[in-house]
Amino acid sequence: MMRSKLLEVEHVTMRFGGLFAVNDLSFSAANRSITAIIGPNGAGKTTLFNCITGFYKPQIGRLTLHHDDGPVLLERLDDYDIAKKARVGRTFQNIRLFARMSVLENLIVAQHNTLMRASALSLAGLLGLARYGKAEKLAVDKARYWLNKVDLLDHADADAGSLPYGSQRRLEIARAMCTDPLLLCLDEPAAGLNPRESLELNTLLTGIRDEHGIGLLLIEHDMSVVMGISDWVVVLDYGRKIAEGTPVEIRNDPAVIRAYLGEADDEDEDR
Amino acid sequence: MAGVNMTAALRDGVIGAVVAAALALPMLGFRLVDSSQALTLSTRFDWVAWAALAVGLGRFALALLRDTLPGRLPALPDWGARFPKMRLYVGWGMAGFAFVLPFLPIADRALVDKATMVLIYVMLGWGLNIVVGLAGLLDLGFVAFYAVGAYSYALLATKLDLSFWVSLPLAGVFAAGFGIMLGFPVLRLRGDYLAIVTLGFGEIIRVILQNWQDFTNGPAGIGAIPRPSLFGLVFTANAPEGKTTFADYFGLDFSGNHRVIFLYFIILVLALLTNLFTLRIRRLPIGRAWEALREDEIACRSLGLNPTTIKLSAFATGAMFAGFAGSFFATRQGFISPESFTFIESAVILAIVVLGGMGSQIGVVLAALLLVGLPEWFRELQQYRMLAFGGAMVLIMLWKPSGLLAHRSPTIRLNQEAG
Repeated sequence: MMRSKLLEVEHVTMRFGGLFAVNDLSFSAANRSITAIIGPNGAGKTTLFNCITGFYKPQIGRLTLHHDDGPVLLERLDDYDIAKKARVGRTFQNIRLFARMSVLENLIVAQHNTLMRASALSLAGLLGLARYGKAEKLAVDKARYWLNKVDLLDHADADAGSLPYGSQRRLEIARAMCTDPLLLCLDEPAAGLNPRESLELNTLLTGIRDEHGIGLLLIEHDMSVVMGISDWVVVLDYGRKIAEGTPVEIRNDPAVIRAYLGEADDEDEDR
Repeated sequence: MAGVNMTAALRDGVIGAVVAAALALPMLGFRLVDSSQALTLSTRFDWVAWAALAVGLGRFALALLRDTLPGRLPALPDWGARFPKMRLYVGWGMAGFAFVLPFLPIADRALVDKATMVLIYVMLGWGLNIVVGLAGLLDLGFVAFYAVGAYSYALLATKLDLSFWVSLPLAGVFAAGFGIMLGFPVLRLRGDYLAIVTLGFGEIIRVILQNWQDFTNGPAGIGAIPRPSLFGLVFTANAPEGKTTFADYFGLDFSGNHRVIFLYFIILVLALLTNLFTLRIRRLPIGRAWEALREDEIACRSLGLNPTTIKLSAFATGAMFAGFAGSFFATRQGFISPESFTFIESAVILAIVVLGGMGSQIGVVLAALLLVGLPEWFRELQQYRMLAFGGAMVLIMLWKPSGLLAHRSPTIRLNQEAG
């Protein structure tokens, strides 16, 4: 399996007033692999995600996504162009589905740009031309594929907001995948899931990595997910990177243990 | 048990009576009388007593009956959800009825006139439904686009001598242009803030129409706006030079009703076009993007949807239909002035959309009948008309808080047999 650099984060700093939410952070995430970002609450994980997906513009630093046909500088694009042109998909910590639209509609909206092109800005569709019908059929097929993957095929016509919590999480991942991303950013995908759902999530995410050959970046507190599926782990604390490495390395890193368990550990080490 | 209730009810009644008396004293108790020489103050303390007594007894009765009355009005069943096909039949039934209405024995000129008025509001409601119901952009200045459409036609017809059928699309284009003009500054706003800016925009347009004397003729308005023709056939008693009248061409006796019915059919067709357009666009990418924007703008951005173009297209499309309705209004009235485009019009149109159930096409028709049709019929009630209007709105909000027909069915289904 070839793994090349997909996302490169260089010296990124995001400041809110006097608070450095992300401070001079550099790391890279590889293609066809799962990179986990972990750290205590308030470490700047979600801020980093918002910088990568364009919802925030970092004051300093560079974010590069390596496409086959050359690098794309993320910090120069608007958020919707990061999804459309740079092809970075994301999910949210507090799920953001289109609650009063059906599950299928959520997945069709995700393919908006493809459908707009096919329908000549909806005009072809308005006139009932066949080429829009064909494009819509392809979109439905793709939606069906992902619904099958996340096990929601039976609920395709239900309102997204009526699904149970775990299903909503899976639907949000399916929706992000319908945009054909090269990098998928997941903000705490296992939050609120029970152990069985958590296990299913692991299978889904490794499946996406192996079958679709894209990079996944994931913020997660659930260590069974982080340690179970990550290929690389980056640890943040107070906006800085305190460690990175394979899950095994991170598990035994004293700086990480200190950040998570507090200063009491120092005394243990001193003894 | 009953005794305790009785005391509580009595106390409730007395408190109610005292509050009512305190309120009624300045409002009902004193009255300035303009006698020939000077203003004198007369007192009507008996009115205060009656008001206090009425409120006190009312509160008392309410408190006694509280246990037997249901806590709130029973919610109506969601007919749309229970009978998914019914909506379709009702829609076709209503459209069919609308087409035969002018030829029914009950239809006189006044009725067709009122129906025309209702249809204008149905069309405006359907237009605003795109902006508010689908895209979720609360617009309190919708009347501005109605005004732009009306003045576009009035000015094109009186200054450039263009016919109604040429001006109609132009008026739509102008109104859509104004929609985009409003859209740009409000791109970042949502909810209450958006509502306030759109309200201001509506007023700005009205004030400009009122004060730009040279162009719009100011408060005096524009009169003698030409009537539309049917493929060149005019609806007058005597044909002007080089024209044929409708009555002559079809060998009918001239009747003023012909024009009324003709106007009715124009607005009916325009309104149905608006409806077909909306039903169709809901199933297209742009329509789905509007609804997605209503649900969650941030999620839209994360999926690569550009909120700017989506919002502007919603504003422009809604405004275009208001522009069409405006030109029709101008040609029907034959006279327009800024007075026809005040804030209350925006409020009524918005009320139609909200009461109908955001995004529901048939709901808009029902609400327009209720809010525009009924007050027209109850004109005899004079100033109590608005009281009835307000009462109806309160009742509907208690009864069906999310509108008359709030059910939304998906625009595309995976499991066809289910729908």
